[in-house]
Amino acid sequence: MRRATHATWAVYAVAAALVATACGGGGGSAGDSGAVLSSSWGDPQNPLEPANTNEVQGGKVLDMIFRGLKKYNPETGDAEDMLAESIKTTDSRNFTVTIKDGWTFSNGEPVTARSFVDAWNYGASLENNQRNAYFFSYIEGYDQVHPEDGGDQSADTLSGLKVTGDRTFTVRLSQKFSTFPDTLGYPAFAPLPRAFFDDHDAWLSRPVGNGPYSVDSYVKGSQMSLRAWDAYPGPDKAQNGGVDLKVYTDNNTAYTDLMAGNLDLVDDVPASQLKNVRSDLGDRYLNTPAGILQTLAFPYYDRNWNRPGMDKVRKGLSRAIDRKQITETIFHKTRTPATDWTSPVLGEDGGYKPGLCGQWCEYDAAEAKKLVREGGGLPGGQVRITYNADTGSHKQWVDAVCNSINNALDNDHACVGNPIGTFADFRGQITDRKMAGPFRAGWQMDYPLIQNFLQPLYYTNASSNDGKWSNEKFDDLIDRANAESDTAKAIRTFQQAQEVVRDNMAAIPLWYQNGSAGYSERLSDVKLNPFSVPVYDQIKVS
Amino acid sequence: MGRYVVRRLLQMIPVFVGATLLIFLMVNVMGDPIAGLCGERECDPATAARLRKEFGLDKPVWQQYLTYMGNVFTGDFGTAFNGQPVIELMASAFPVTIRLTIVAILFEIVIGITLGVVTGLRRGHPVDTTVLLITLVVISVPTFVTGLLLQLLLGVQWGWIKPSVSPEARFDELIVPGLVLASVSLAYVTRLTRTSIAENRRSDYVRTAVAKGLPRRRVITRHLLRNSLIPVVTFIGTDVGALMGGAIVTERIFNIHGVGYQLYQGILRQNTQTVVGFVTVLVLVFLLANLLVDLLYAVLDPRIRYA
Repeated sequence: MRRATHATWAVYAVAAALVATACGGGGGSAGDSGAVLSSSWGDPQNPLEPANTNEVQGGKVLDMIFRGLKKYNPETGDAEDMLAESIKTTDSRNFTVTIKDGWTFSNGEPVTARSFVDAWNYGASLENNQRNAYFFSYIEGYDQVHPEDGGDQSADTLSGLKVTGDRTFTVRLSQKFSTFPDTLGYPAFAPLPRAFFDDHDAWLSRPVGNGPYSVDSYVKGSQMSLRAWDAYPGPDKAQNGGVDLKVYTDNNTAYTDLMAGNLDLVDDVPASQLKNVRSDLGDRYLNTPAGILQTLAFPYYDRNWNRPGMDKVRKGLSRAIDRKQITETIFHKTRTPATDWTSPVLGEDGGYKPGLCGQWCEYDAAEAKKLVREGGGLPGGQVRITYNADTGSHKQWVDAVCNSINNALDNDHACVGNPIGTFADFRGQITDRKMAGPFRAGWQMDYPLIQNFLQPLYYTNASSNDGKWSNEKFDDLIDRANAESDTAKAIRTFQQAQEVVRDNMAAIPLWYQNGSAGYSERLSDVKLNPFSVPVYDQIKVS
Repeated sequence: MGRYVVRRLLQMIPVFVGATLLIFLMVNVMGDPIAGLCGERECDPATAARLRKEFGLDKPVWQQYLTYMGNVFTGDFGTAFNGQPVIELMASAFPVTIRLTIVAILFEIVIGITLGVVTGLRRGHPVDTTVLLITLVVISVPTFVTGLLLQLLLGVQWGWIKPSVSPEARFDELIVPGLVLASVSLAYVTRLTRTSIAENRRSDYVRTAVAKGLPRRRVITRHLLRNSLIPVVTFIGTDVGALMGGAIVTERIFNIHGVGYQLYQGILRQNTQTVVGFVTVLVLVFLLANLLVDLLYAVLDPRIRYA
């Protein structure tokens, strides 16, 4: 009898643990009331300021709490007037901006021309350490407020910006840029209230904007509660009571939470769940094109990759990659084989031209072999594709690409992956020009314009021209396209520039990336915009 | 006793300096973190230079280390890349992980020692064999498997718990994660206790106690258990540090925003200040836990005296 007591203790302990867990589960599930939905989130990498946010997680919030002069239509991607009453120009260089009447920030302060000019000056000024300062580099006077050599700035404000009235201001660019107004939907161009400048720390701990949502509470690193702002004057008023953004370290946990009915919306379905997402969620799974293109870039600062004839090797490599098979087996059709250097979200009117790459993006092992041979063979007999192994499922596709190349070239050592531990180190090595072969280059558009897919990536010394490719003909065509005031003509010129990229195979286009999302039965009207961010204000909660 | 404690505390200084220096160098070897702050594009050189200056990365490593250590002694652990002071991150992360550790340790003590005593007293019995087999299985299955399996079964299939832990991380939410975190150590505690009990059961003082006619319960708790617990206490003591630092996997699975989460993010973003700050505190916890364990010996075993 006595012996048994010890065993029963253990049983009691286990039973107590199980009962207690059961209570824990039951108590918490009835938290959300009304029409508030919960959505997965990641901790923003940089301080949450408009000109300091360059990744999706921070951008998601800015998209909810700010409205700029323009807004990109969540379906077509067209830049439409939001706060702008008009943006007029006669010479594609001097612009007069008039702001609509009646807009205020959620703290009641009216949105004026000054709200914009102050915000842009803040974003451009070197002393504010804003990561996105270069967005203002087209505006005259940028050199003075943001000297490239890091020296002392000789001005605090951009000379190209002038407030001319309560609701009007003028912008003078340092060069002609006809599609400049269409770039103004980017969050960096959002207006800022005085509170931002007067008490910066308080603003950062609870940002105030002029969008359809206002921040109710923000616990850094774990949760942000946004509530619909009732007095929002815009046309895109929130259709729900609010959104609770919850930080998840691992998107697998977010997905499990969605399955358990603990979370309403996951906007990044983990690669490992793609196989069963259809059976798990049925039509509550979204897989729509986003403005993201994955390419392989080359180090043109390396003599091996820059000698004449190497374009044949690059074309050969491109033809050795079986894009269709990789997108189907590894990505389960959440990627589409690329046939140009832009994205389907631009639409054909916006410059997307399927098939522009032509045969150079089609898999053909025999041709690939021939091209590589004609080009003088692979430098050093082998290509090493460098990528960062910490995020995404880069390892899987790089290995698949290498397999495909090895098979096509009949050489088991033609291609190997070269993983780098962290994204920061990967970027660091690219900045230091340490790449010795092709490397992963992903491009998520800032704004849905063909210009954004070409100029930052291939223009001489552009900010994302990681391979340091340089081509006079290309630069010239881009300059001409930017100066062109007729949009259709400008787009045709951009496409000609893209043909130069193709003829040199400056970078190998791999696939267009889709945005993916899964949502609970409570939600309807869930959509992803071209930036692969859910259109929160349109979501209905039952 | 007092002198012993002072000596031990002094010994901590070189260990502390060495450990922090190693971590500092390791994070530094990973490369330049600034390049990762600007997304898929090159930071413009002027901004990059300013950011480097802001985070003190423009100086030679030895100088960075000295400045950092100097600041640490004044309570300034630096700033994370998202502009939050590291001390703020600690204030939010450590309470969560401490709660998780407490739950885990409780499981180890309550279940581990109980099972150990039961099996130790009945060696060769079916109960003993079964428990041994189970511990073998628990030890051999990696934590992330147990974690994901329990999460799926209890959280999704049966709906007993929420698969993820809320930011407040209350004790009742931490029971399953705590059990997962404790599982392997728990199995070790069971085995340690079992061996120790089985050994001491035959010792003279137990036989004397039984011969004196003491009730069985008193023999076990006062005489047998107290002496048999010494190796177990050592193990649990060192485990406190291991659990707090090693919770990365468990915290990721259950989305607990504790030390493991902050460390993981700090490493991914190569944020020296976050990583070194957290590891520094973990090193301190580890050292103090060890000291406490050594002092506990004296309490448990009257034969041990510190001069």
